[in-house]
Amino acid sequence: MMLTKYLFYFFSIIAIFASVMVLISKKPIHSVLYLTLAFLSIAGHFILLNAQFIAIVNVIVYAGAIMVLFLFTVMLLNLNLAAEHKKSNIIKISAVVAAGLLFLTITGASKKMDLTFNREQVITQIGLVKNLGKILFSDFRLPFEVSGILFLSAMVGAVMLGKKTGD
Amino acid sequence: MQNITQTITMVPLQHYVLFCTLLFVIGVAGVLIKRNALVIFMSIEIMLNSINLLLVAFSVYHNDPAGQIFVFFVMIVAAAEVAVGLALVVMVYRHTHSIDIDFLNKLKW
Repeated sequence: MMLTKYLFYFFSIIAIFASVMVLISKKPIHSVLYLTLAFLSIAGHFILLNAQFIAIVNVIVYAGAIMVLFLFTVMLLNLNLAAEHKKSNIIKISAVVAAGLLFLTITGASKKMDLTFNREQVITQIGLVKNLGKILFSDFRLPFEVSGILFLSAMVGAVMLGKKTGD
Repeated sequence: MQNITQTITMVPLQHYVLFCTLLFVIGVAGVLIKRNALVIFMSIEIMLNSINLLLVAFSVYHNDPAGQIFVFFVMIVAAAEVAVGLALVVMVYRHTHSIDIDFLNKLKW
């Protein structure tokens, strides 16, 4: 029963390692593959939380659709070259310092947060497809339909932007 | 699968907050450091994913399914954003033959 606790730290370490590798990889295609690893480990986190619907949607949408889009862009534009010129070291150091300060601020603020929860009240069945589907199609009907329109407009926008102009 | 998470409560919620904050900060650092527009998009995806994980963790620990529905909508918006964003990257590449965002500074001053 301690296994799930260790799995949490295992997936966390993989996710953080993969995210850091996304940033320090030289070639964009390596970044894309490490990003897939990060998404899969986050899907493992969702399974640990018994959010099965979200885990499957995460794998399908992120590790499937979005990664294929990134890979196609990298391959079609032939972008798999290491960056020719880099930002100066001062900008890099100041960016890392700024990110570290953000981390300190958020963790400091989260110390005061009320993170207590009722241990007996945790029912882990809410993440199943059956329960989420019932809520999605009763309480959240309108946002669900509107998101369809959002997809349609995004598709039209992508086609408009990707179209060659002038011929 | 029914009792796989009888032990999730062994991981304190504070650890989820720390882990998601770390992922978010890595994403922020990526947006600040990188010049390649594609990698900046990837950093934004990392940030979105960390927020998703935190929402699901709170939703499960507080037994409120609305959090997971919200994560679903966040994923929908992220997918639409990536479709439009990559089309923009392709268009920028056609015009400048590079996806270095430092070339796109005409609106800066």
